[in-house]
Amino acid sequence: MASAAGDALKKTGLYDFHVANGAKMVPFAGYSMPLSYGNVGAVASHHHVRNSAGLFDVGHMVQSNFRGPTATAFLEWLTPSSLKSLPQYSSTLSVLLNERGGIIDDTIITKHADDAYYVVTNAGRRDRDLAWFKEKVAEWNAGEKAKTEGPVEHEVLEDWGLLALQGPEAAQYLQGLTSFDLRELTFGKCAFVPIEGFNLHVARGGYTGEDGFEISIPPSQTIDVAQLLSKPPVQLTGLGARDSLRLEAGMCLYGQDLDEDTTPVEAGLTWVIGKDRRESGDFIGAEGVRKHLKEGPPRRRVGLIVEGAPARQGAKIFTPSGDEQIGTVTSGIPSPTLGKNIAMAYVANGWHKKGTEVAVDVRNKLRRAVLTPMPFVPTHYYRG
Amino acid sequence: MFSAIRQASRSGSFALRAAHRATPVARVSRPTLLVRTLITKKYTEDHEAIVYDDQTKIGTVSITDYAQSSLGDVVYVELPQEGTEITQGDQIGAVESVKAASDIFAPVSGVVKEVNDTLNDQPSLLNKSPEQDGWLCKVELSDPAELEVLMTEEQYKKHCESDH
Repeated sequence: MASAAGDALKKTGLYDFHVANGAKMVPFAGYSMPLSYGNVGAVASHHHVRNSAGLFDVGHMVQSNFRGPTATAFLEWLTPSSLKSLPQYSSTLSVLLNERGGIIDDTIITKHADDAYYVVTNAGRRDRDLAWFKEKVAEWNAGEKAKTEGPVEHEVLEDWGLLALQGPEAAQYLQGLTSFDLRELTFGKCAFVPIEGFNLHVARGGYTGEDGFEISIPPSQTIDVAQLLSKPPVQLTGLGARDSLRLEAGMCLYGQDLDEDTTPVEAGLTWVIGKDRRESGDFIGAEGVRKHLKEGPPRRRVGLIVEGAPARQGAKIFTPSGDEQIGTVTSGIPSPTLGKNIAMAYVANGWHKKGTEVAVDVRNKLRRAVLTPMPFVPTHYYRG
Repeated sequence: MFSAIRQASRSGSFALRAAHRATPVARVSRPTLLVRTLITKKYTEDHEAIVYDDQTKIGTVSITDYAQSSLGDVVYVELPQEGTEITQGDQIGAVESVKAASDIFAPVSGVVKEVNDTLNDQPSLLNKSPEQDGWLCKVELSDPAELEVLMTEEQYKKHCESDH
């Protein structure tokens, strides 16, 4: 099975742990990652997270700290988020934008203090993001504001572990391992939580639409914590279920549903742009974003339910008569929860309203599809 | 051209003779055994299997166990329509798991005589019994010689090993 390409793949600190637990390892974003474990199929694994709890290794993602007196202003230059008003120990979904307003990456930004942020970005964008951070930090620190008020430092938490514990039974399970009252930790909040002797950064949220936690772990403790968090009823869960869970929850996968030619307005992520930021427009890419805000985007990200065969990435979307192409599917699967074929797609502005009927080409046959609001499966975040 | 079939035929009749010599009792079943029905099983590179009965000229098409296990839970199967004329290599349907879609290619040319409608309601049969209950369609072969270009079980096993 080992090949030259396989040898070049990076491993998270849990590689041996996965193999020992019967994982089927596959290449993903430059890493060898678990697709599934033992003989548990992707569908059973998916249902387990929806009904109980699953543990995901997301240690391939890039964890960073940004520190310094001008850290807030710097990150408000790099992203359109309102970070000044973000409360301490809170997280927000955000986007890194290029000069045209296209999305370089989507990211979760967590504010610990006005001068300290913890940022998680995608593994598949590691090289692009890190080069971008390096370039922009240098540019920022050479500027007037940094010179008078102080510079920004960027640190990558290399080899740190990141585990996502997700599902309706996640909170109960984690509560059994800590004296910290997890009821205080509502969706979007984070805290340093003592877990069986480890003091770990725990953020409430995730990529499944279920209640859950993302736990950041120093390299030397990652295996011990993974063992602690993967006892019954928690099941180790691979990338297969991760993709179907996030799609049911209407969440984007960078590289499929988002790219550098897509603005947050087209991507249906206008809500990540702070209201004050829309007016001030003092962030990279503001011009492109404001143009789309003002004139309306040429195309929009939508949800589809497709009859018959599942429509996958790349499937073309037509008017119901099939005369004119109006869009393309970016992600699509048969939804294990709904038993229907769900898809994320971009369609021409005007075709984006819910209930609109379109036709999707799967294997040279047009299939009827209806625009459906996302999330496809209701989310179950813990909001206290 | 018919070397594989002839070979099968030779080994088949040899086995029959051997059995006959060893146990005279087998004579009872001789009339049926003497009907020269040959069931040949061949495989494609795309992980379809076809079981061909040379008496009826019907080949039963399925996906292999290897294919179902790499696809994972099958949730949807698209089959050709009965009566469709197909040519070897045509895309005639698809098997979909949550993870991926996998096209089904016609292993041989001919006419689709029957499709396994049970799969519409129970696509998971493809995982449970890919080469038996989960068969896809029955094809009346227009040119049984096409089976020649397909792989034997042994060749197919090697193909799967090198498929990684």
